[in-house]
Formats: sequence, C-alpha cells, structure tokens
Amino acid sequence: MLFQPAIIALLMAAAIAVLMLTAAAPFAVQVIRHWDIHSGAERQLDFERRTYLFSTLLTFVFVIQLAALLLFVFNADRLSAMFVGAMCAVGTLNVNDFGFPALISQIVVFFLAAMWLAINHVDTRAPDYPLVKIKYGLLILLLPVMALSFWLELQYFLGLKANVITSCCGSLFSGDAKTIAGEASGMEPKPALFLFYGALVLAIVSALWHSKKGIRRSGYLLAGTSAAAFVAAIIGVLSFISLYIYEHPHHHCPFCILKPEYDYQGYWLYLPLFVATAAGLGAGAMQPFARVASLCQIIPRASARLAGLAAGGYFLFALVATYFILASNLILIEH
Amino acid sequence: MNVWLEKQRHLIDFTLASLARRKTKNIGLLLAYTVLVFVLASLALFTQALRSEASFVLAGSPEVILQRMVAGRHDLIPPGYIEKIGRIRGVQKQEGRLWGYYYDPVVNANYTFMARPADEVATGSIMVGATLARARGLAAGNVISFRSYSGKLFAFKVAAVLSPDSELLSADLVLLSEADFRAFFEYPAGHYTDIALSVANPQEVRKVAEKLSASLPDSRPILREEVLRTYQSVFDWREGIMLTVLAGAILAFAILSWEKASGLSAEEKREIGILKAIGWETSDVIRMKMWEGLLISLTAFLLGFIAAYVHVFYFGAAVFEPVLKGWAVLYPRFALVPTVDGLQIATLFFFTVFPYTAAVLVPIWRAAITDPDSVMRA
Amino acid sequence: MIELSQIKKAFNQGQPNEYWALNGIDLRLEAGKVTAFRGPSGSGKTTLLTLVGCLSRPTSGRVRFKGQDISGLPERFLTEIRRQSFGFIFQQFNLIKGLTAIENVILPGFPSGRPRAELMAAAEQILEQLKLSHRRMAKVEWLSGGEQQRVAIARALINNPEVIIADEPTANLDTALSREFMAILEGFTADGKTVLLTSHDPLVVESNAVHRVIGMRDGCLVDA
Repeated sequence: MLFQPAIIALLMAAAIAVLMLTAAAPFAVQVIRHWDIHSGAERQLDFERRTYLFSTLLTFVFVIQLAALLLFVFNADRLSAMFVGAMCAVGTLNVNDFGFPALISQIVVFFLAAMWLAINHVDTRAPDYPLVKIKYGLLILLLPVMALSFWLELQYFLGLKANVITSCCGSLFSGDAKTIAGEASGMEPKPALFLFYGALVLAIVSALWHSKKGIRRSGYLLAGTSAAAFVAAIIGVLSFISLYIYEHPHHHCPFCILKPEYDYQGYWLYLPLFVATAAGLGAGAMQPFARVASLCQIIPRASARLAGLAAGGYFLFALVATYFILASNLILIEH
Repeated sequence: MNVWLEKQRHLIDFTLASLARRKTKNIGLLLAYTVLVFVLASLALFTQALRSEASFVLAGSPEVILQRMVAGRHDLIPPGYIEKIGRIRGVQKQEGRLWGYYYDPVVNANYTFMARPADEVATGSIMVGATLARARGLAAGNVISFRSYSGKLFAFKVAAVLSPDSELLSADLVLLSEADFRAFFEYPAGHYTDIALSVANPQEVRKVAEKLSASLPDSRPILREEVLRTYQSVFDWREGIMLTVLAGAILAFAILSWEKASGLSAEEKREIGILKAIGWETSDVIRMKMWEGLLISLTAFLLGFIAAYVHVFYFGAAVFEPVLKGWAVLYPRFALVPTVDGLQIATLFFFTVFPYTAAVLVPIWRAAITDPDSVMRA
Repeated sequence: MIELSQIKKAFNQGQPNEYWALNGIDLRLEAGKVTAFRGPSGSGKTTLLTLVGCLSRPTSGRVRFKGQDISGLPERFLTEIRRQSFGFIFQQFNLIKGLTAIENVILPGFPSGRPRAELMAAAEQILEQLKLSHRRMAKVEWLSGGEQQRVAIARALINNPEVIIADEPTANLDTALSREFMAILEGFTADGKTVLLTSHDPLVVESNAVHRVIGMRDGCLVDA
C-alpha cells in the first residue's frame, strides 16, 4: 500500500461511515420490529426521536460520499506520477483490478443514499410516517453495499505498489481495446452524438412531463431515462466531449477534464449531471409508495419538484457540453 | 425556497449570538481546532512545496542520465564511450557532463562544481548559487579564490549570481568553463562524470533506457521520471508517517469535540428546552447546532491554514524542517515557492472537519431531542 | 375546541419508579374562554397543559384540537400545530439570557421563516401594547420581574396564536403585578383568544376574568 495522506483520509472516511451505519443497524432492526405510530408509550416516543438521528446520519454519509468521490478521482490523478505508464487517473485506477469497481461502487452508494434520502424526505412529511419500516429495511440493505464499497477501496489501495506497469489512458481508451471503457470511447462520434443528445432530450422531456403531471408512470419513466441519460452522458464524455475539450482526436480520458490544465471544466459537466441524476432517481424511488393514503398528496408534489431539478440539471449539462463542443477548435464531424 | 433561506438566516443569527455568549467554552475548542489545522496544514504545505520544488528542479534536467559502473560503484566515463552509444531512435541530444564536489573550509560546506560550455561561462569566471553567494558575501564582479585538492590556488571572477527561483538545487552550485573544471580538479582529458540524454517523447524514455542497458551492460541509466517518483513517494511517505504520529492528536481532538458537544451546561440544556417549547422542532435545533459546528470549523480552518501558510512560507516551517527536509546541512535558507493545492486542502478537510463532524453528530442529536415539556416539568 | 377523552399519561414506564401523572381525564374546553386549573402540586395540572399544548403526547387516550385527533401525531407535526396555535407563558418566564427583550420575543418566529424585518415590526407592536417598547433593546437579565413577564407574554403572542397557555403565571409576581397580569388576560379574551392557566393563587382563580375553574387532584378531575 502507498502510505499517502489522501489514501489514509479516504479509507478513514469510508471506515467511519460503515462503522456508524453498523452501530445504527441494531436500532433500525428494533424500529422495524416494534414501531407502532399509534402508541404513546415511551418506547415509541424514543423510536421517533431516533429517526432524527438516522436522517442526520444518512445526510452526513451522503455528503461525505460526494466529497470522497471527488477526492478519490482527484487523488488517482495525482498518483499517476507513481506508476510507469500511467498518465492520469485512468492509469492509476487500472493498476489493479479493484480500481474501477471501487470507483463505480462509490458512485452507486452515492445514488442509493440519494434515493434513500428522497424516500425519507416524503415519509417525514406524512403525519403517520407510513414508510418507516420500509425505510429502515432499505437502510439495512444499504449497509452491505457500503461495506462492499469500502472493501473494494481497501483492496484497491492495498494493491497499489508504485512502479507497476499500467496502461495509460492513451492505450486503454484507444479504439481497439476490449474493455468496456474502450468500447465506449471507440464509438464513432456521430452515433455517440445522437445517443447523447437523444438520451438527454428524453430525460429532460420526461422530467418536464413528470414535473407537470406528477403521476406514477411518469415518475418511473423519469428514473429510467435518468439512469439512461447518466450512462449516455458518460459515453458522450468518453467518445467526443473530452476530445473537444482536449482538442485532440485520441484523448478520451473522462478525468483529465477535471484538472487545472483544462480549467476544471469537468466540474461544470459532472456537477449538474450528478445532481440531475440523483434527483431523477430520487423521484423514481418514491413512486412505489405514491398510493399510500397519507402520501398521495405529498409524493406527487415532492417528486415534481425533484423532476424540475432534474430537468434543470440535464439542461444545464447539455448546454455546457454543447458550449464546449462549439467553442472547441477541433472538428470531428464534417458539416 | 425563500422561506428556507430566511429560516437558515435566522438560525445562523441565533448561533452567532449564542457563540458570542459562550466565548470561554468555545474559545478552548476553537484553539485546539486551530492548532490541529495549523499542524496538519503546515505539514501538507511544506511537503507540497518540497514536492513542487523537486519537480521544478527536475523539469530542467535531462530525461536520462547514464552512469558507468565499476564494481558496483559510480565511475568516470572513459573516452570513446559516448561514441559507443551511437544513434538511438528518439534521442535528440547526448552529451558528457562534468561535475564534482568541492569542500570549502571557510564556511564548512560542500559546493557542487559543474562545467558549462564556453559560450555560457567564459574561462576564468564563474557563476554561483544564491545561498553560496550569501555565505561568502559575493556579488557579480567580485573575485574569489579556491584552493584545489592538489593545493594550488585558483582565482575566479564572479560573472553572475544564479536566480534564487530554485534555490533548493542551485544553492551550492558553482558553474565554470570546461577548461577551468579540468584544470581545477586535474580531471583526465576525454573523461566525463556521466552522460545526459534528452528524449523528446516521454513514451520512448523506457525504450531508450532498455537499449542503453543492452548496448552498454556496465552502465546504469537513471530516468528523470523515476527520480521524480522516488522523491514524490519519499515525501508522501514522510507525510504519511507524520500523519500517523499525529493520528493520536486527531483522535484526542475528536474526543475533545465529542465531550464539548455532549457536556452541555445546565444553561444550554434549559435554552434548548425553551426553544423547543416555544415552537422549534428537533430538526431546527439539529440544523442550528450544525451551523454552529460549521462556523467553528470554518473559523478554525481559516485561522489554522493562514497561520500554517505564514509559518511555512515566511518562517521556513521552523517546526517541521528537521523531520521533513532530510539530510541537507548546507542549505541554510531556501525560500519555498508558495504553492497551494486543491487536493491538499481537500485532504486536510478530511482530517479535521470530518472527525469533528462525526464526533459531534450524536451529541448534537442527544441535545436536540430534549423534551419540549421539560421546561414545564422543572 | 379542545376535547380530551380517557387521557392517561405515565412517566418512567416499565421501570420501578413508574408513575401515572394523569388517570383518565375526560374534558371539553370552549373557545374564547379563560379556564383555570386548580390543585395541589403533583395533581397533574401542568402535565395536562403540556398535553393540550402539544408539548407531549398522552400514553393513551385521545386529544382533539378543533376536531383533529392530535394524540398520535409525531413530534414534528405537533410542533407545527404548537407553533401556529399555542402561545406559552411559563412560571419561570424562561427567557434566554444574553439576548435582548426583542430578540427573545421573535424567537418563536424563526422556524416559520418569516422575514426578520416583519418579525421585528410585529414584536415592536406587541411590546408597544404591553408598554415595554422603551426596554426592547435591554438584555433580559437587566429587566425587573414584571418586565420579564411582559417580555414572556409578548413572546407568546408573536405567532398570533388562538390559545394562550400560562403555567402559574402569577407565582413570581407581587399583588400589583398580578393584577396587572389579570388585566392583560382580559385583553386576550377581548381579542377572542382562548386562555388556559394553572394556578392556586386566589387572586387568579377567584377573579372575574376567569370563566371556569377546574379542580384537580391525583391525576383526576374533582369539583372545584
């Protein structure tokens, strides 16, 4: 393992988050077993007070996860100097088999936490807290995912040994590589462009529709199109947006755009994308409960608001991406 | 949205007032917090400055340096060796270098003497590093004499003092012409200290190094990227070790914040009870306390970081220098070039604000769930 | 306006020191009237007020406020009702030291997110009515007992509640100040507010301003 401050910080943060949730799990089980909203008994009052702790805890984990995600990528980029052949974060993540799984699992934890918080939000708006048991069941399900993410991260960092020959982003993302990332970047700019704008337009339209109607079907649709738009957006970044930013026809790296050399332009892309996807998924996550009596007023309103946020985020993302393409001196597609 | 913003403003107002009312309690915590940030930030800034200094220095050095090894020891490059290398694809330039050390009994220090082509340094004159110039009181135009290892006295005219931008490496440097160098050290003609090769494409450096070791098995190529990597990992490692040593301090601080947050005075408990009775909700109290934590964190972070910045870049990191800088005895003063790096700040945040928040989370919740009817039951 | 049926409230439930503060209360309180609860200390009158005022939940039984059953509501929602509909005047005044009179008055308005300027204007107006505007910037610890109580009253009024709940309001006041308080009380009735108070001060319970007196003993209602 590399003995390096940022790595220690990341492992510490992940470990503390897992420990906190583990310590909270027995209480979650108690809540699931003994919750009775109609009781005025002291135990029930105690449970209700405890729900505040869980909300605060999960919000904390959510914020930390976002910060850790940034630090993880940031640090991977910095570490590339340690590995022969690694020129940016991609090379560092490829040093062993755990790099990309660790990154992906962290993104997954981030979105799952967002969905939990969305459900939590609507539940606390209804006077009878109808989703408490479901909520804490989901919380217990979230725990193994977080533990897995921590384990992957640990394996990745433990397996880091300076000087291992790794492929840099230049070779990984060159078109003939057989990895998933390679295939994504190997996509022709033109179909990628269609896929990218198509998915985004679909997501924006379904988000707008949902923010108007707020019905169940549109909510599920929004969650689906959000997930699709996220994937399409990443493919888009890999196959042409990054090229336009770097003004280089073969540089496909999705991380270098976060670097100061490129004026941190990546943040303008990723921030709206992550916010919009989290909002879209959150709106979808609450739909299964839209028929619960006390929530049938609350969920449409809350999810419509989230849909508005998602539409705004995707629109901003598309706008920024388009701006980068138009402002670039690179020409990929002949007009 | 507006209501939400207005509410947060109210909460911040209240928090500020309540912090001001409990100055003595909070000042202790703020002080401990600031000191922690100061120590960690000094550490981070200092290693970062050394790191960037190293890469700055190395940026100008050749991609590959070839040394000849005799019995596992570094030896002179014999005549004809450079020609033996021949042409290697990708190598733009290959040249023999001449350099060595000279011990100056006047200031009890080692200088590095390095030969430069005649068009840079004329025979009979030298250029000296800024630290050396300071130590010997030299300025351009002065004349200085050195007694060579063979006992002869050589006088040189100082043509210029090198720019102090990268003082870490040029501190002890003396540049002189090749003829002067060979005469001063009685260096055998045609021999060189090592060979520098410039390679334009970084991707080809390893290929070049492989070819060199194949054609000259008694040589050792040293790659710039490897030197850089070694520096980086040494600095990282030292920073990591220091952090581990300081982990105790971080833990102690977390315990202190836990205790401060959970050891509410009767007065504070009563206040929270009052707020809840008159219509504040548990989450309002939690949010208010979070704002309090955030304000304390930001203040401590800012104060600690600024103090660390001053400490490192204006006072040369007096506290950590011996641990982190290493072997250097000669380099009395090197002004670190101020560099602040996003990753460092983010890491620092994880080491200070994160433990603090994690430690106060549960105590805040405990305080916030005070029963609203407690004020009436008392 | 407020209906209680079969209200019981226990403390330290399931522990050796378990104790039932209320033992099955059935009661109906009318709007716009002043009702006083009288009884020895420990008779449960304060506990009853905390239940009515949404400060706590009954262990069993039903509380209806304007027709809505509020006995099973979680704290989050009780707080909302409490903030909008109830104003509290405590025996110890319970002002926050170190803040000025007017800052204390606007505190209950914070969670509602009303703009500060609006809150300040409302507070000034109430303090004016209570003849306390000249002391509005004074720290509360510098105020006399009577002034402190008027600040507490102003704080109870800032969210314009329908019901005022006062726990032993005259316990810390001398006769003159107690009379002054009763005068303010009559003003509340004139404004159409409902007032619930506990007291064993004859000056209060025998006053004309009080419409109804309810006796309590050992957690049960008794004839006054």
